[in-house]
Amino acid sequence: MNGRTLLTIAVKDLKEVRQNRAAWIPALVVPLVVVVLLPVGLILIPGLFRATTISMTPLSADSGPIGMMRERVPALDRALVGLDEYQTWVVLMTGYLLAPFLLIFPLMFSTIVASESFVGEKERKTLEALVYTPASDGELFLGKALAAFVPAVLLTWTSFLVYGVAVNAAGWRVMGRIWFPPASWWPLMLWVAPAFAALGVAVTVLISTRVRTFMEAYQISGSLVLLVLMLVLGQVTGVLYLSAGMALSVGLALWLVDALLLYFGIRTFRREALLVGG
Amino acid sequence: MVPVIEVEALTRSFGPIRAVDGVTFQVYEGEVFGLLGPNGAGKTTTVRLLNGVLKASGGRARVLGIDPAADGCALRRRTGVLTETPSLYERLTARENLLLFGALYGIPEADLPRRVDRMLEWFELAERAEDRVGNFSKGMKQRLALARALLHEPPLLFLDEPTAGLDPEAARQVTDLIRQLSHQEGRTVFLCTHNLPEAQHLCDRVAVMDRGRLLAIGTLEELSRSLWGGFQVEVDFLEPPAVPVADALRLLPDVTDVRSEPLRLTVRVTGEATIPAVVEALVRQGARILRVSPRQPSLEEIYFEIRKEAQP
Ligand SMILES: Nc1ncnc2c1ncn2[C@@H]1O[C@H](COP(=O)(O)OP(=O)(O)OP(=O)(O)O)[C@@H](O)[C@H]1O
Ligand SMILES: [Mg+2]
Repeated sequence: MNGRTLLTIAVKDLKEVRQNRAAWIPALVVPLVVVVLLPVGLILIPGLFRATTISMTPLSADSGPIGMMRERVPALDRALVGLDEYQTWVVLMTGYLLAPFLLIFPLMFSTIVASESFVGEKERKTLEALVYTPASDGELFLGKALAAFVPAVLLTWTSFLVYGVAVNAAGWRVMGRIWFPPASWWPLMLWVAPAFAALGVAVTVLISTRVRTFMEAYQISGSLVLLVLMLVLGQVTGVLYLSAGMALSVGLALWLVDALLLYFGIRTFRREALLVGG
Repeated sequence: MVPVIEVEALTRSFGPIRAVDGVTFQVYEGEVFGLLGPNGAGKTTTVRLLNGVLKASGGRARVLGIDPAADGCALRRRTGVLTETPSLYERLTARENLLLFGALYGIPEADLPRRVDRMLEWFELAERAEDRVGNFSKGMKQRLALARALLHEPPLLFLDEPTAGLDPEAARQVTDLIRQLSHQEGRTVFLCTHNLPEAQHLCDRVAVMDRGRLLAIGTLEELSRSLWGGFQVEVDFLEPPAVPVADALRLLPDVTDVRSEPLRLTVRVTGEATIPAVVEALVRQGARILRVSPRQPSLEEIYFEIRKEAQP
């Protein structure tokens, strides 16, 4: 493996993606909304309600949806102990329920870049020249995979940082301290998010032998976002609570799936197959 | 003569199709070798096999002393390929394209920018270096693809239809360049084409391929000799002969074929020694001869004769 070769291929792929504005601009704007507007809105809105003296008692009440959740998930209950109604709202919403949303980033970004670099390149018929270079099959694969994986993870971590600043700043008046991130976020960001990025790459590579265009690939692999939405749903309904331990197990399961899919993906990624298409 | 490419019974099938079917030939150092054949003959597949991009189903190949199937990466460091379609990154600029491939071909980082500049200059693309390749004309793309193939100064070049789709001037530029690469710089050139005049102009030796099989291989002279035996002379007359002269010639021993036009006879003889007898016979019949000249059949004639003989 030659580092310069990997870097050259990866940078080339990213330069090409950069030209496809229709793909990456929505992928940047949507997350920005999630990262900044959504948490800030969720934190500030109850303040407006309070001004109009609408009661927030359901939040801390033993009955009602949140009461049920606290009952079902002791770890969550512990995290909320001693908080007033408004604080409970802030911590519950932005510290727990929104957390899985950030996992959309690694998936979205890695699938966009992988669709461009694995399928788009085939669509534009530029592989022919690439396969005549001395780069080995492994280098071609890894270069392309890194182009999708590394920026996806870095962008996720950046958005984590932005989210953290936004949540702490908007919640400062309510919380009176820097409380974010709760411990469960670390495994989520450091362990689960990269696993989602790798999943985006692996699935795209696998379908790349069967689809012809970037759009097809992106639409199919983009539907992986459903997985994240399931996590969100699980979290909201209290079926699945992403505690640190749970995040570690979800991450492990994902990495195992990744490894399996990548194993098959690499096997299909040979010069021969790239040209002949089978 | 040192063989740069040695191929023996090379075969590659795609399902039931034998794209390359038991092909045997050699290409020598410094020559321009032309692989001719109609669409689907197996030319591109051969280039792929010789660069280790496809694996052979059978037979052996050695290119620059390397087995392409075993060590394609090392081999490709020393070959340059102009692919059938330019396959350039159209979203990147001309310079970005060359820098990228230069890095992949392992050109030292310190050298690379200078070499890229030199190539851009040399192919008259310097002014458009920062433009996206998508906006280039076909000829410019072809020149850039050639620059890419030459960037790492490979001793062996594969050019797959280098002038297809170019206007006559651009095509001329490319053929001049190929001559220069071979004659002045001593590179070996493996040229795939179905442009016969161009191949005649450029190639030291040619091979004719059809449906995966090699029909013939050699220099123009070798090919015409093996096709027709002996050689041809053209006899031009000052005025049309008063009597038909062709039949008398046909009676001569060692004359194998006579084609007659009003002011010209094309006579095929088995050896030079027959020519005086031919001239004598014509003069005796009162023909007024203006000129007798040897005639080399064109590659086009040779090609169609080969194809005709290969018909079942
Ligand atoms: N990837 C492939 N899958 C299936 N068949 C193929 C493939 N590549 C080539 N062939 C078949 O192999 C034969 C030779 O094709 P090849 O491209 O080598 O011909 P060619 O001489 O380069 O033709 P052209 O002058 O049109 O470029 C054709 O019948 C073609 O259909
Ligand atoms: Mg071809």
